[in-house]
Amino acid sequence: MNLEELNATATNERLAQAKKNHHLHVCVGTACQALNSEQIAKALQTALRQQGRNGEAEVKCVGCPGLCSLGPLVEVASRVNGGPTQPANESPADANHRTAVLYQFVKPEDAEEIIAHLGGEPVKRLETPLDQPFFTRQTKVVLENCGKVDPERIEDYIAVGGYQALLKVLTEMTPQQVIDEITRSGLRGRGGAGFPTGLKWGTVAKADPNRYPTNVPEGIQSRKFVICNGDEGDPGAFMDRSVMEGDPHRILEGMAIAAYAVGANHGFIYVRAEYPLAVKRLRTAIRQAQRAGLLGNAIGGTAFSFNVEIRLGAGAFVCGEETALMASIEGGRGTPRPRPPFPAESGLWGCPTLINNVETLANVPPIILKGAEWFAGIGTEKSKGTKVFALTGQVKNTGLIEVPMGISLREIVFDIGGGIPDGKEFKAVQTGGPSGGCIPAQFLDMPVDYESLAKVGSIMGSGGMIVMDDSTDMIEVARFFMEFCMDESCGKCIPCRVGTVQMHRILTKIQEGKATTRDLQILEGLCDLVKHTSLCGLGQSAPNPVISTLRYFRDEYLSKVKPG
Amino acid sequence: MTNTLTPPGRPVGDGAVAVKPDDRLAADKRYKIIEATMRRYGYQGHGLIEALHSAQEAFGYLDDFTLKYITRALRLPPSKVFGVATFYNHFTLKPQGVHTCVVCLGTACYIKGAREVLSAIESGHGVKAGGTTADNQLSLLTARCFGSCALAPVITFDGETIGKVAPQTVAGQIAQRLATSALR
Amino acid sequence: MPRTLTINGQEVSAGNEQTILEAARDANIRIPTLCHLDGLTDVGACRMCLVEVVGSNKLLPACTTRVQEGMEVHTDTERLRAYRRQIIELLFAERNHVCAVCVANGHCELQNLGIAVGMDHVRYDYLFPRLGVDLSHERFGMDHNRCILCTRCVRACDQLEGAHTIDVLGRGARSLIVRDMNIPWGESTTCTSCGKCVMACPTGALFKQGSTVAEMVHDVEKLAFLRAARERKVWNV
Repeated sequence: MNLEELNATATNERLAQAKKNHHLHVCVGTACQALNSEQIAKALQTALRQQGRNGEAEVKCVGCPGLCSLGPLVEVASRVNGGPTQPANESPADANHRTAVLYQFVKPEDAEEIIAHLGGEPVKRLETPLDQPFFTRQTKVVLENCGKVDPERIEDYIAVGGYQALLKVLTEMTPQQVIDEITRSGLRGRGGAGFPTGLKWGTVAKADPNRYPTNVPEGIQSRKFVICNGDEGDPGAFMDRSVMEGDPHRILEGMAIAAYAVGANHGFIYVRAEYPLAVKRLRTAIRQAQRAGLLGNAIGGTAFSFNVEIRLGAGAFVCGEETALMASIEGGRGTPRPRPPFPAESGLWGCPTLINNVETLANVPPIILKGAEWFAGIGTEKSKGTKVFALTGQVKNTGLIEVPMGISLREIVFDIGGGIPDGKEFKAVQTGGPSGGCIPAQFLDMPVDYESLAKVGSIMGSGGMIVMDDSTDMIEVARFFMEFCMDESCGKCIPCRVGTVQMHRILTKIQEGKATTRDLQILEGLCDLVKHTSLCGLGQSAPNPVISTLRYFRDEYLSKVKPG
Repeated sequence: MTNTLTPPGRPVGDGAVAVKPDDRLAADKRYKIIEATMRRYGYQGHGLIEALHSAQEAFGYLDDFTLKYITRALRLPPSKVFGVATFYNHFTLKPQGVHTCVVCLGTACYIKGAREVLSAIESGHGVKAGGTTADNQLSLLTARCFGSCALAPVITFDGETIGKVAPQTVAGQIAQRLATSALR
Repeated sequence: MPRTLTINGQEVSAGNEQTILEAARDANIRIPTLCHLDGLTDVGACRMCLVEVVGSNKLLPACTTRVQEGMEVHTDTERLRAYRRQIIELLFAERNHVCAVCVANGHCELQNLGIAVGMDHVRYDYLFPRLGVDLSHERFGMDHNRCILCTRCVRACDQLEGAHTIDVLGRGARSLIVRDMNIPWGESTTCTSCGKCVMACPTGALFKQGSTVAEMVHDVEKLAFLRAARERKVWNV
């Protein structure tokens, strides 16, 4: 598909959609699907037929619109005038927003009533306001299509401008120009560490595939690789899952752009086996993109070829670490190896390899289309753009949110999140999962960006944000994460393999009231050792939950240990 | 030839030993699925984890026979295959019960009482996490996060997600599902 | 092109493909190692050889880090000594390392390192898992209770003998050395009984049958000799 054909497909799809006055978006993300949302979609379709209104409305299964705690969610977008054509400069999404109604806790039985009210007054008992802070305080870039497009139809993605960025770079930009654009945007890795994306791309682009010995399997025609890291392992985090489920084509487009920039012709998406729906949707998306000539050989009629394969994780958190992930793609035990050499120089099968997280790649197409300046205009000086968080725990509105970098924790927890339920008090928010820390109330007004979070002893992480109320036992939280790291340690290096076991033992002793102040000293010594001597990021960050709770909630520890 | 442990897509020779025909491979169509997966990767070592996934899905666990079959087809050292199969939590070397219940122990579930939910199932059904009931009806497993945190605490029963469970009622919910499926 | 660097303040010249460990050794500067063995590829796992490099905010394993021009390396700071001691203590606490009754007593790298780092007691709880002893092989034995999971036997079997009989089972603290599909050593169909794994073992985990306390001497130099002979046709006799 070349640019003309792409534009024609987009126009046709928009016209077809414009024929319908009402668009019913049913969330079929994992959480809503668990509550039978597919039945709701079917019931809505049946009701449309029965009431003879299928000419004016369509039901669409979409990805997660975010407010999971009110699910299953159904959004009804109606055009004001109901005219058959749509202004040329207006995307369907814009039009929909003007008169959208959101229904919460929908059941299949509600379908008839919802359909009967189309075009009239909304069903009041199901309605939840769209002007609540949960929605108005968000800025959607990565998630702009989640909840809007049908993830299983490529035409739907094309209709909102999908694959325009890919064809733009292939026909109008050199690889170096693409890298420059990403560099100027200030985009940093969303997987946790925040490494500048443009710099990483530039290193892979410059890397000589013959510098290190390579061992590429037969049948793979590439000497550089792009890997999308979808091994979202942090407990309490589901940002990447939602993007993979809700807008899979966007990831493929981001990968293809990255591949063009660094000179790779083969890519892998490494997805957790625990995300079957994401795997299914990505597989469908790859098939559709290949058929449309937007992946595979001679993309968009140019000389560029790029193939994508999915590889399933198999239940090992450490495979989120890039060298372990590559070992796993190669078919081995997912154990990390020392860096350097970095994957950018010697990665998968010894070839220069670009590894980016799902959210990072999902940011790429809009940066190309709207420009680096637009992106750099969002966020703070050093942390540009937005960040997606999975807001969970003891907070009223749980779900998926996307906010500009630099927003305060208070705004996230109390405005977007709606505060703490059941009249309890806020105690801390945990970011960064097992690698992160707990941030206490005194830092609620701190801006959320890479540097500020690091300063208070946590990390941005991949985006898990777990709110804890005053009933939470912080030592138990630390012990929970330590147990996690102990179970997930690959066992290769001694400090992580044995150190996590010993730290977990001491935390357990503290909880059982059997520990002394000497144990606390030993615990702190172990934190220092494991942090500084472990081989990979898992071990190096494993003590963080202990260190941060010791820093801010030391009294809780002291109240439980005996002198000695 | 199709009855040997050596897959048909690859010539016998260069050290690969064709063994005597095995009825189990011929009789069980599920080996065809694993075979197809390995063929997709040209019987190369990097297809090992995908092959194990295929086998795990087809049989519910990885037995010695199947591991050896994959080992020979991919021409890998047995110890390497065993090392990989035991590294990843997703693979099990023991058969599972008729039904599987997985309790999420992710952070969001944990702080909303997943530990108590797990204990309730353990005591209610007489099975420890990682084990199977004596009547082989229920295997109880734990997971690190399904990403359905908004429904915390979450369990799954035979792949179906059940959200917002409570320690007081969860054992009964599972018992009910076991009873319903027994009727079917 | 040779590189010039300083190690502990001493100016050292090294080949550009050399590691810090090799360069230090050539300059008679001793860096403690455990998972490293001459003749095998390095994995950087034991973390004993971590060194400080000025300008790097991370400690780097000397065995896998290549020298660079002008590098300023410190191998024996107080901080490194403290970390090394902690690591050795963790190993002593992990499994059963009672030297007095061990076949390798007096010939054990773990024991030697314990002395070298000045370990007079272990501050951590002894975990004492009860692991198996495999005596099914007619000439050799394996005591998992003495194993420190350095994977030297795995690499020796794979890289020097080429049999890859040995690998690692499970992960984390539950890891174990495994032969074939977790079968008794004596039943292994891939093992050539060459004994290289036994030569490679730093502790009393792998031993010759019939060895009693303090009798088991490992022949680690043989492996470096073998590699040089096989790959470079050099016989250092």
